[in-house]
Amino acid sequence: MAGHEGNGLPPIGSVNKKNQIITDPQELFFLSPRSQAFLTGSEVIKEAVKRASVDFSVAYPITPQSEASSLVGELYADGYVGDYMRGESEFAVMGECAGGSFGGARVFTTTAGPGTLRAFENFPMWAGSRLPIEVVFTCRGVNSPLSIQPDTLEIAFMLETGMLLWHAETAQDLFDYILKGYIVAEKPEVHLPIGVIVDGFFVTHTKDMVMMTPENRTLPHYNPYASPVTCMDMESPPVRMMRDPFVMKSNYISYMTHASWQLEVRAAIERSRKHTVALLDGLIEVENPDAEIMIVSSGTAVSQGREAIRLFRDQGMKVGLVKIKTIRPFPTQELRAALKDAKHIFVPEFNIAGWMAREIKSILDNNERVVAGPHVAGGMTMPPEIIVEEIERSLALKGKKELIHG
Amino acid sequence: MGKEKIQINEEFWDIMPDDYKDLVTHATYGKTDRGWKDVGSSTELIAEHSLCAGCPESIAFRHILASIPAPEDTVMVGSTGCTSLVFPMVAVHNIHSLFGNQNAVATGLKRALNVRFPNKNKDVIVLAGDGATVDIGLDMTLQSWFRGERFTTICFDNELYANTGGQESGLMQKGFVAKMAPVGKKFEKVRLPEIARESGCAYVAVLTTSKPSLVERVVRQAVLIAREIGPTYLQIYTPCILEIGKQSMEGLQEMRDSEAAGERFKFREFITPEAQAFIDDMAAKKKAEKLASAAN
Repeated sequence: MAGHEGNGLPPIGSVNKKNQIITDPQELFFLSPRSQAFLTGSEVIKEAVKRASVDFSVAYPITPQSEASSLVGELYADGYVGDYMRGESEFAVMGECAGGSFGGARVFTTTAGPGTLRAFENFPMWAGSRLPIEVVFTCRGVNSPLSIQPDTLEIAFMLETGMLLWHAETAQDLFDYILKGYIVAEKPEVHLPIGVIVDGFFVTHTKDMVMMTPENRTLPHYNPYASPVTCMDMESPPVRMMRDPFVMKSNYISYMTHASWQLEVRAAIERSRKHTVALLDGLIEVENPDAEIMIVSSGTAVSQGREAIRLFRDQGMKVGLVKIKTIRPFPTQELRAALKDAKHIFVPEFNIAGWMAREIKSILDNNERVVAGPHVAGGMTMPPEIIVEEIERSLALKGKKELIHG
Repeated sequence: MGKEKIQINEEFWDIMPDDYKDLVTHATYGKTDRGWKDVGSSTELIAEHSLCAGCPESIAFRHILASIPAPEDTVMVGSTGCTSLVFPMVAVHNIHSLFGNQNAVATGLKRALNVRFPNKNKDVIVLAGDGATVDIGLDMTLQSWFRGERFTTICFDNELYANTGGQESGLMQKGFVAKMAPVGKKFEKVRLPEIARESGCAYVAVLTTSKPSLVERVVRQAVLIAREIGPTYLQIYTPCILEIGKQSMEGLQEMRDSEAAGERFKFREFITPEAQAFIDDMAAKKKAEKLASAAN
């Protein structure tokens, strides 16, 4: 956006060149009047970025995020985004984002599936360099065979990058997470990159009702001088970092430096919890908390789970649900509490690996309660009937087992 | 950033590191005629290094850092390799992130600095080895030139992968026997300077670091042209004496031999008419200033 030389960021209440009022985040999220709009997920990305005081955005075409990243280009042409460019590959795009963030800019980008994997080396580097870049992953299948269809496998690769990962279920989540994501990611004690995940096509290419914050209000600018690491703009004294670079040393100090920094990145993820809980109203959402059968997932698998609950209700059967909003930080305590009394836990997923089920199994007692399924992959849809079938089949099998062994 | 930003509170003077005190007392910030002659008397940008004894790269580092026109507003981007061993000891902000992505990082950095400091010159300089520039990072090197990104790319060409132990690189000479080229490299040294010219660079120079005054002239020129006109590229021969079987004291002679007439590092430069006009204009202004001050 406008230049902010030195420490002089435009204050809250001032107006930017697009006549947007720089607004306190709490006020923007919770007090300012919201208006209804009927938009595709891609358009929602544009609307959120428009209100995020983004300094720099890099785009590269890959389905299903091409429309969203082009729309961000329109924002740039209209003067809402400081600078914008098309990169040459996702590896380069994420490097360009890194450069922007090292230089103190608020950076936004989007990618998907094969793009995520091509860019991959950058993500742990972003986290290790403490760059609060926001990337929206519009999930799609990972080759091979070639697929452009919705599939969340790519997130399995992202789990240990040191990034914050939030998974939107709906267009509304997408709008809110894009804006709130910056606020959490840029906290000095967090200061990490954030991936806002959204299921490609199911959300990006369908229209949904979204309650939007006012168009004439925008987030405060990113303040790079509140960063826990130096902003690389030569506006602070450039003391030599060290006499003896650790990189080539095989000694305890060099190992310890590396290990402790990785621990610190993970600790920073943990420190994001309190901010995230406050902004997202908890890391999980629970429906029918006292049900013995619980469906647990993230993204649009949650929406399908909600429909499955309705089908069960029509049969007179009570089934509950847990929506996981943040994958990193993982809501360990929240899930343990919410699933304490559950007898059967089902994890529907849009990928072949069942990574979410593995995550859940790894933190629960009596994890034989967790059924990793149903799974669909490669772009297949998951009608709620499939979830119902999986639950019925599994319970029937379990019943038989109990008979045999009983 | 001006010198006022680096001042030390008197109370803390005795506990500040010597490096920092040196920066405060000797920094050539704002000195318009800084150059290689400051090497030795002014060590604020680089004092020590952890390269091999006699490594020409260390000499190149000194000459370049002494020649950049505005260190107080210069940010450097490095890459993985021997250069990344020196950057932690360089007192300008410098970024190391991954191997080969340096021109992508510099692109984002330069654009961010433009957005944040629209009324200030912030120079960005990439300094990376030949593996980073020509092999693993070639795509990003070229694309930054195609786009006309306003920064300088300096390649320390030692014609091999030095840091990993002497493997074949694209800038290696044809026929050279190295690791990963066990029967000799089978293709010609990549002609990156010519490619740079065709890819949109406003100024390209090929040289060794044997003549500090020449390094000073081309570095200064490259940074100023990048600031005003478009991308610039310098390819500097910094032989890896270790991997070509030379002694510590033989680096300088190796460079001199390789810049003789007909040799691959014979000095050559390319400049666009627009960049030449800019340089001529700058020289004319400087001359006029000198005359004016002499007249006074």
